[in-house]
Amino acid sequence: MTTLGWVDYAVMLLYFVFVLGIGAALRRYVRTSEDFFLSGRSIPAWVTGLAFISANLGAQEVIGMGASGAKYGIATSHFYWIGAIPAMVFIGLFMMPFYYGSRARSVPEYLKLRFDEKTRALNAVSFAIMTVFSSGISLYAMGKLLHLLLGWSFDLSIFVAAGVVLAYIFLGGLTSAIYNEVLQFFLIVLGFAPLVFLGLRAVGGWSGLVARLADHATANGFAPGAYTRSWAFMGHASTNPVGVEWFGLVMGLGFVLSFGYWCTDFLVVQRAMAANSMTAARRTPLIAAFPKMLFPFLVILPGMLALVVSPTSGVRAAAPAVSSTSPTSITSGAPSAGIVPPKLDPRTGAPLRDAAGGVVLDYDLATPMMLLHFFPAGLLGLGLTALLASFMSGMAGNVTAFNTVWTYDLYQSYVRPGAPDTHYLAMGRFATVAGVAISIAAAYVAASFNNIMDFLQLVFAFVNAPLFATFALGMFWKRTTGHAAFTGLVAGTLAAALHHGLSLPAGASVGVKGGYLGVVTTFPSELAQTFWTAIVAWTTCFVVTILVSLVTRPRAPEELRGLVYGLTPKLVDTAVAWFQRPVTLAVVVLVVTVILNAVFF
Amino acid sequence: MSLDVRLPIGGFFSLLGLLLTGYGWATLGAPGASPTGLPIDLVWGVALFVFGVAMLGLARRARKPSKERLHK
Repeated sequence: MTTLGWVDYAVMLLYFVFVLGIGAALRRYVRTSEDFFLSGRSIPAWVTGLAFISANLGAQEVIGMGASGAKYGIATSHFYWIGAIPAMVFIGLFMMPFYYGSRARSVPEYLKLRFDEKTRALNAVSFAIMTVFSSGISLYAMGKLLHLLLGWSFDLSIFVAAGVVLAYIFLGGLTSAIYNEVLQFFLIVLGFAPLVFLGLRAVGGWSGLVARLADHATANGFAPGAYTRSWAFMGHASTNPVGVEWFGLVMGLGFVLSFGYWCTDFLVVQRAMAANSMTAARRTPLIAAFPKMLFPFLVILPGMLALVVSPTSGVRAAAPAVSSTSPTSITSGAPSAGIVPPKLDPRTGAPLRDAAGGVVLDYDLATPMMLLHFFPAGLLGLGLTALLASFMSGMAGNVTAFNTVWTYDLYQSYVRPGAPDTHYLAMGRFATVAGVAISIAAAYVAASFNNIMDFLQLVFAFVNAPLFATFALGMFWKRTTGHAAFTGLVAGTLAAALHHGLSLPAGASVGVKGGYLGVVTTFPSELAQTFWTAIVAWTTCFVVTILVSLVTRPRAPEELRGLVYGLTPKLVDTAVAWFQRPVTLAVVVLVVTVILNAVFF
Repeated sequence: MSLDVRLPIGGFFSLLGLLLTGYGWATLGAPGASPTGLPIDLVWGVALFVFGVAMLGLARRARKPSKERLHK
């Protein structure tokens, strides 16, 4: 366990003072519900762009991508270069005109305008539940991590973090969340950049990392370049650490999951809706794509480095391995890889072993271990504050999306329509308090019943998987009807549950991992199963929506103006210089992405 | 917009940079302060301070035209 110095606490205190100060400074600008929920649609593109990426840069990203870097190597970059950038370009160029141009205040409200009330209700209810539970899962992960690394009280950690997020959203609404997300973005980038630098310096640069990971790859039965080349071994699931072949990767991750998240999730779309013009809204995801392209170097490399750095190369050489007697403290003694400690059995405290007898590593600790290993007092405060910022920006994204969907799509639509604007503003603030309170309750549920959270995340995945089919058909095929959209979503979700229930990843046991309806097929990895479940859900939703549309009555074309591609005038971006226009940005982003894929092929 | 976001960001990183630079300077040569032989607190503190001041400079530059309009 690491003890922090006064300077580390001073860095954290400074951060808390500024995030709360931003909320307090913005309070006087919140006069209407549109100010609170949509920032009065007045934020410039570079700010919404960085907030767009920062709301996504939660703990799952920083800790999870570091963990995947240690587990899968540079192939984790597929989550960025295939699993994010194309979708971000697509929403900026083709979908934002409908979200922003329709003046919808939320994604579910767009569904109401385009389809009908029941499709909006289905999306709003599932989204509202998902956001507060996701926020709770994130809080739980933070409390657990801070307790493990620093010995901090679980209760105190989650109440302080949740309290700060509550305070700044309550005071300044979405603008406060967005401003803090921009601050958090720079903090995460500037907090993790020296970690990558020091890690690479310790292993002899990129070539040193490649050489060390080659040994690791061959020891695990792969070709030497399997951890440092992203595409070369994707021909077959058994030749790469991810356990997925290129088709499942491109279709499952690159198309269905990626477009389903980036193009339909209100958490990120809300940031673009706060932009001060249509052009700014379209530029938002494209501006966000620039840092997103480079994030693999910031969040994946620490994980890869953790696997191969020498335990004696840092400022806290004794920290890495985990005690075999206490599951909640980090000392020395058990086998590890680099500085990644083994995963412990929560009951006995002994390292877990897989079916072949090998030690199972706790990859989620890869990035936190790098912080403790390389950062001296001072910089450690910065690194840990950056980690806290990632938890808080993810939580704030969820809470602001929740309070908007609750107030506009559920409360105003079904509980109390026609109230004065001040009433909805007050309800927004109340929903913020309620959202944070439910998140805290969910964190305690996660702490008590871990399987319940696994189950909930599974259900969320089923609900999310078909969404992009509904939006794509709704925006680009005027014949799509409301009955078809609703039926397609329900059918897609059921298809996802059915596929998951009939399949199982290799080595997993029947239960939350699948196979609960009988094991018809097995996949080489959990990711492969996830990708193919998404493909099945999307295809089912797409086909069912088309078939039902053909037998139900479409809406009149004049009702769909501004909501559907063929019935909306083409946009001409003359307001900004040519090099700032969405199309130019999109071309640059795509060219750089292709180059990055080629360099690490 | 109501408040230029570069002001709090610039203020935060300037103060953070000063804090780290001062601490790095005070602990130069102390055991454990220089991983891989680099006084990283000092170096990175200066970098953060420069970034913070640059943000404050950008915010100040953006405010100038609106002040001029007010005086007209």
